[in-house]
This record gives sequence, structure tokens and C-alpha cells, in this order.
Amino acid sequence: MSYNSQRFDLLLLADMIAENSRVLDIGCGDGTLLKLLSENKNADARGLELNQAGVNACVAEGLSVMQGNADTDLAFYPDNAFDYVILSKTIQATKRPDLVLKEMLRIGKHAIVSFPNFGQWRVITSLAFKSQMPVTKNLDYTWYETPNVHFCTIKDFSNLCDELDIKVVDTSILDEQNQKLKIPSWLGLNNLFGHQAIFLLTKN
Amino acid sequence: MNHVSDIFIDPEPIKLDCGDALHYQLSYETYGTLNANKTNAILIFHALTGDQYVASTNPITKKAGWWANMVGAGLPIDTDKYFIICANVLGGCLGSTGPASTNPDTSEIYGLTFPIITISDMVRAQVRLINHFNIDTLFSVIGGSMGGMLVLEFAANYQNRLLCAIPIATGSRHSSQNIAFHEVGRQAVMADPNWHGGNYHNHDEQPSKGLAVARMAAHITYMSDQSLHEKFGRNLQDRDSVSFGFDADFQIESYLRHQGMSFVDRFDANSYLYLTRAMDYFDLAAQFDDNLMAAFAGTHIRFCLISFTSDWLFPPEESKLIAQALNRVAANVSYVEVASPKGHDAFLLDEPEMFSAVTGFLASTAQKHGICDKGSK
Repeated sequence: MSYNSQRFDLLLLADMIAENSRVLDIGCGDGTLLKLLSENKNADARGLELNQAGVNACVAEGLSVMQGNADTDLAFYPDNAFDYVILSKTIQATKRPDLVLKEMLRIGKHAIVSFPNFGQWRVITSLAFKSQMPVTKNLDYTWYETPNVHFCTIKDFSNLCDELDIKVVDTSILDEQNQKLKIPSWLGLNNLFGHQAIFLLTKN
Repeated sequence: MNHVSDIFIDPEPIKLDCGDALHYQLSYETYGTLNANKTNAILIFHALTGDQYVASTNPITKKAGWWANMVGAGLPIDTDKYFIICANVLGGCLGSTGPASTNPDTSEIYGLTFPIITISDMVRAQVRLINHFNIDTLFSVIGGSMGGMLVLEFAANYQNRLLCAIPIATGSRHSSQNIAFHEVGRQAVMADPNWHGGNYHNHDEQPSKGLAVARMAAHITYMSDQSLHEKFGRNLQDRDSVSFGFDADFQIESYLRHQGMSFVDRFDANSYLYLTRAMDYFDLAAQFDDNLMAAFAGTHIRFCLISFTSDWLFPPEESKLIAQALNRVAANVSYVEVASPKGHDAFLLDEPEMFSAVTGFLASTAQKHGICDKGSK
């Protein structure tokens, strides 16, 4: 299987995961990441997906997937059932991102969260100069139909982790081409130029 | 396809849940070839009125196997890859010991003197059959409806003897509504004067009318309102107007009568009483202090649950309950809900999403355990 640059974020995310781990991917979509982790990391990878047709397609591909929703269905898993619980580009669509994060770190030793950065300059300029809600490659919904109800910036997310006493083990910031941001982080410009962020978290 | 019909006569009696010990035999079919390591065996459990002829012609009805669209060369349960075993359940009437069998102690047909059989008893007997094949670990157990109950029972109580399980259109217990429908069926059989308190064999009669009514009532529960409407609507049978009488004016009446009458030719009335009772008694959680989670605690079995949206006999909620219990013990579980208007019977019909789920699930599990390499025969 080959992964184009569109999927570079998934490769970066997979890099954070140790071999032979038990992984739950919440909002696993068509199962691309599950497949990547099963094949390249020998992971025991399971998926949770909102859309039943998507679930059925994943199972037909041989993946272990159930229908479910991040806000309500993590309650059915026991403590520390997984080594990693992944929420990829989904946290902004959950009802209570803070509670979802807590649940992820209850059922998993680590949580990995990737999300579009609402602090990126394109988003800011759209709001500041066009007086319009941004519609970008990562945020391609108009305001009235978007499922994304809880946007945050990289800084917001870091603050939430502090508040919930969650330890940030690692971060990866991606640019608009889905490549690692080439600006050195000490310049403090991640929030402005980061298009997407990936956080590896654990309990403090 | 390598296909064998045989009978397993257990030299040892089986201890039943009701306390009795029973000498028994199981009539079974196998398809495909057991590999040298005996790792490619799949046990299929049939439904209430199913039989061992899962992929071969039923000798009584002359009809193709009841899952001929699922089991065969190149089909989801591929006989080129797997060795498939399907036995008539204990209490059945197609060659396995049941109420129509002769009691060796009295040389008379058991009738109602046959002991009450449970789903656990049926599974216990089939585990002996697996032992007879010297199969240590089954690759999979698969079944729909009552067959799904046997799958769950097997998975809960013989965790180390299978790698994966596919319970389809089933539940971890029979609901009150399901028991109610079964009771209607049983009362219809018992109300037939030809039933003779279960002794009809000695009177050379069959409670055909009662059993036919039982089948008619049950058949309604296998279909959905929508599928009945689409198939029959209010269409009249071979006439232009109603007859102002109690003939089968409507196509649905004619259809149900036909279903009832053709059923009695292939099924023993007492066996119907015993098997429906076994389903009524099934409550997997009850074996584990009413805790369904406990039934699966520590399991390494990979599960794939399948249900159908219009199934009101075993609605998707029943499968979801099982899936959630499996989640609570962090078991590896997939749950496929197929959008189908065909009701409970959908699991026997042409449902491409069910076929692709079974194909993908079995192939990936086999690959993981190195059981049959891709494309190998």
C-alpha cells in the first residue's frame, strides 16, 4: 500500500505508536490508519466509526470496527484496555472535547489527538479581513452545515491539557502541504503557521 | 468439493442440564478437507428448523442447502479453504437423537419422555463431535438465529477451542415476545387431537394441522411488515374479488398455508416443541450471575456480530448488547448492521454486505493465524 502526501499526517501519527500495541482509532473512517497500523506496526487495531456503512466496509476489509460515537460510546470500554487511543481530526466534532480526552486516557495508556489549528494565519485573516468564517482545505464546511462545533487553536489545546493535568509527550505540527512545519519551534510561530497538530498525550 | 454425510454415535452418554444422562448420536455433513494441522475447521450451527444440509441437497425436500449462497467453493465460507462441519442439533429430527428417536431402554419412541434439551446441551454434544475429529481448536463457529445462540454459548464456555466467532441475527437471551410466539406455536401443536399427548407415532398420525399453524405464526416473525407488503400487499390469490368466505382469498394467506403444509412433511412436531423450548430457556448471562460481560471475560476470540435493520425477532439492539458486553472486556469485536427490508430471514438470503463482512472477517483472521494462505487450496 502506498501513502501519498495527503496521508503524511497518518504516517507521522503512526510513528508515535510502538510496535505490537493495542490501538483504538475513534472515527476510523475508511480504516486507512487501522490498516497502516496492522500492517506496519503489527498492532491489534480496532476502530470506532459513526457511519454504519463505513463500519460495514471496514469489516469487509478484514478490520475490527464497530459503530459508535466518541461522546457516548467510550464508556463501554474498560480502564487501560488500549496502549493508544487515537482521535484523528475528530475532536472538533465532539460535544465535549474535554470529557472525550479524559475518557481516552481512562481507556488508553496514551492518547493521540490530531486536529486542524484554528489559530493558523489563513483562518485568522479570513475572520479579521474578510469578516467570514474560514473555509480552508482542512475546514471545508460552511458555518451553517459544519459538524465541527468545537474549534481550538494549538495553544487552546495545550492549555486544556494543562487544565486536565495531561502530559504532552510529543507534538507534530504540519504545514498546509501536510509536511512537518519547517519553522523552528523556538520562534513560537507554530500557532500561526501550523495547519494541523498531532499531540501524543499520557496521564501525568 | 469433498462432501461427506455421516453419523457420530457417542459411546458415552451426555449429561444434560436437566440432570438426565442421554445416549445419543449426531447426524452431520462435512464439506472441504481438514488440513494436516487440523486448524481450518469451521463449525456451522443451524437455526430452529434448519438442518445439517447447509450446502448440499436436503434428501427430504430435494431443495438446495439452506446456506448454499454462503457455503461453497469460492463463497464467503469457502470450502476450498476451510473444512466445514454442520450437524443436526441434539433434539432435532433429521438423524440426530430427538423425541422421534427410539429409547434404547424401552424400545419405544421417546415422544414426551425425551428429556428437555438446552442450548448448552446441544453445544456440549457438538464439542464431543469436534473431539471425535481430534480437532483441538476450531477456526470458527458460525450460525444465525438459534444457530447464533449456539455460537455465543460455544464462545462463552469453550474459549480456548476457537479463534473467531460469527453470531448472526441472534440474541444472548430469548425475549419475552419471542417466548410468547413460541408458546403460541406449541399450543397449536398440542391442541391438535392427532398429537395424542405427544404419542402420535403410536397412533400412526401426525398433528399436521397444529404444526402447520405453528409454522405459519412463526413464519410471520421471520419477515418484516415491509417485505410482506412488497411481496403480497393485499393481492388476491387466483381470483378477481373476495369470496365472502374463509378461503385463502389473499396471497399472503395462501403463502402461509403453503409454508405450514410443506413444513409438516419435513419436521417432527415434538422436535419443534423441544427445540423452541431450548431457545426459550437460553439466557447466556444467567449462566454468569446475570452478567453478560463475565461470559466473555478474558476472551481471545475475535467476534463479528451481524444484524439486520428490519429484523424484529432478533432486532439489532440485541446484537448491540452483546457487542457492548464484549467491549466492556476489551474483546476484539466487529459489529455489522445490514440495512435490509427482509426481516429476520435476511440472514438466509442474498445480502451482499453480510457476504462481504463474512468473507473479509474470515480471510483476515485466517491470514493473521497463518491458516490458509491467500489463494491456496
